[in-house]
Amino acid sequence: MIEWLTVAQVAVAIVAGLLCLVVGLAGRRPSDLTLGATALVELLLLVQLVVSIVSPAAGNTPTGDALEFGLYLGSAILLPVGAGFWALVDRSKWATVILGVANLAIAVMVYRMHEIWFVQGG
Amino acid sequence: MTASTSPSARPASGVGRVLVVVYAILALAATGRSFYQIVSKFDEAPVAYSLSALAAVVYIVATVALVVPGETWRRVAIATIGFELVGVVVVGVLSLAAPELFGHASVWSYFGMGYLFIPLVLPILGLLWLTRRGRRARTADARAVASEDVRSA
Repeated sequence: MIEWLTVAQVAVAIVAGLLCLVVGLAGRRPSDLTLGATALVELLLLVQLVVSIVSPAAGNTPTGDALEFGLYLGSAILLPVGAGFWALVDRSKWATVILGVANLAIAVMVYRMHEIWFVQGG
Repeated sequence: MTASTSPSARPASGVGRVLVVVYAILALAATGRSFYQIVSKFDEAPVAYSLSALAAVVYIVATVALVVPGETWRRVAIATIGFELVGVVVVGVLSLAAPELFGHASVWSYFGMGYLFIPLVLPILGLLWLTRRGRRARTADARAVASEDVRSA
């Protein structure tokens, strides 16, 4: 895990989450903007997946449990897929709100992943 | 009026959909965490981790019950969500009173603090939504019956 990338990722997920929440509560259906923001969050999660697979080989190992980290990352990767699929099927303003909820949940999960990788003592 | 068009038989709509998704995310989080706890460190706190697993199962059932239409599933939803509310309050108190037994991280310990208190707030919102949905459905059913009476008269 790379620290600055992770911080950026949490920031992007929070911004995307708030954007979708606000736009959704304002009554907009899922749009290229909100789906695009969610896709960006998903893309960063996939980058994170590659980084977390490669970095132990470069001597950057998690301080916490790799299994717990993997469960968080796996669940996080599923969320935009699920919420995005929902948004394509249910084209109402609530689908946009749901994209926001998923992105905010991802922000929390990436924060937890950061704790597992860097902060835990063995 | 057939069951499929009865308002009480309609699955979650409007803001209820958001409720369903939050429940689904919580179910996913609780399941993932309890899977990890049981696989890797069950011996440390068997009581807390068993509760974790129970909570995860209840969240999954509640999510399904919110999605599936019909009065029976609405009752299942009320039962499971009520159970969650009791669970988060009881385990919350116990985690403060007996931290050696319940202090370990679970979705309910310390009133769901590790999950931004969502486990405490969500069942309250869920029950409010379910009772409102039930009342609205009953009024609509009563209205439908009344209009059929008028037609048959």
